[in-house]
Amino acid sequence: MTATPMTATPLTETADSAPATQGLRSLAADWSSDQEVFKQVHWGKAMMWVFLLSDTFVFSCFLTSYMTVRSSTTVPWPNPSEVFALTIGGRPIPLILIAIMTFVLISSSGTMAMAVNFAYRRDRLKTTLLMIATAAFGATFVGMQAFEWTKLIVEEGVRPWGNPMGAPQFGSCFFMITGFHGLHVSIGVIYLLTIASKVARGHYEKKGNYEVVEIAGLYWHFVDLVWVFIFALFYLW
Amino acid sequence: MTASMDNVGERAAHQAAQPVPHPASLHETAPAEASKTAHVSGQQHPIGMYLKIWGYLFVLSTMSYLVDYFHVEGVLRWTLILVFMLLKAGLIVAVFMHMAWERLALMYAILVPPLCLGTLVLLMTIESNYTFWTRIIFFGKGP
Repeated sequence: MTATPMTATPLTETADSAPATQGLRSLAADWSSDQEVFKQVHWGKAMMWVFLLSDTFVFSCFLTSYMTVRSSTTVPWPNPSEVFALTIGGRPIPLILIAIMTFVLISSSGTMAMAVNFAYRRDRLKTTLLMIATAAFGATFVGMQAFEWTKLIVEEGVRPWGNPMGAPQFGSCFFMITGFHGLHVSIGVIYLLTIASKVARGHYEKKGNYEVVEIAGLYWHFVDLVWVFIFALFYLW
Repeated sequence: MTASMDNVGERAAHQAAQPVPHPASLHETAPAEASKTAHVSGQQHPIGMYLKIWGYLFVLSTMSYLVDYFHVEGVLRWTLILVFMLLKAGLIVAVFMHMAWERLALMYAILVPPLCLGTLVLLMTIESNYTFWTRIIFFGKGP
């Protein structure tokens, strides 16, 4: 099916019901209308949002269970500021690796946002390069996380069932939450590289529809979004 | 609301301003072009906007890192961490994920359901408080 019937409807829709497109009235009109709720929204984008909503709940369950075990333990919680400190130049700097990881992921979000922008302008070269840059930032992030895990397991002796620094729940929360997030980043890198190669080969030129890049971008920004919460609630709290 | 700015007039102006990059065969490109502009009208932003948001995110991340670096403690620490976290999350969702330019129907469908997590957090706070005091009372300084 071509995009013709899909595009014809929303255009006439807004022209006919122009007053209804404002405020809560548009909300009520969209939800009570026939057949289609998310008007003028690409189905893939709506589906990605719904998936991200479900993923929000998955991560929220992890973070809430972390809150529960942390506030119910009578043993002191290991201080993340010291656990994740790195000694650079003979002086321990608190949380520095995590800070760098945060900046890497934010930078990847920035390049991805620009990739989406260039995709809609049909600048295939810039889109591809920016998506590859995003994937490279993501791979860097995963690499740093692997380094962090190795340091924690080998040097600090943290295990999912215990650690020498305090509450045994620290290990299980840490590996569960950051592991699941790292898995998301790894999948995102593969996803982005797939879409980037298709953009480079001109796969979307035929229909001229670059919505896929924005959908991939939504997933990537979500990965960054989850890290914002993990950084604040696990590492800084 | 920001969503109301994608009204018909603006969209028409956007469409008029769109250069047509592929004038190869009119029959081929016409529907594709229409689909592009119809979906995309809200998504044509200057690159400068993304760079600005990127800068804000960097500053906010640095500030939340400095909270830890300068050992801010207690209620002030938690407040600052949560404020910076929510500001960053808001910027990412609103601008990078283009939620600010989506239709209200989608906005509400995605942003309202997570609010019920507040109930979960509240319940688990009560529960963990109960567990904590049970451990103190029955196990002394137990596990």
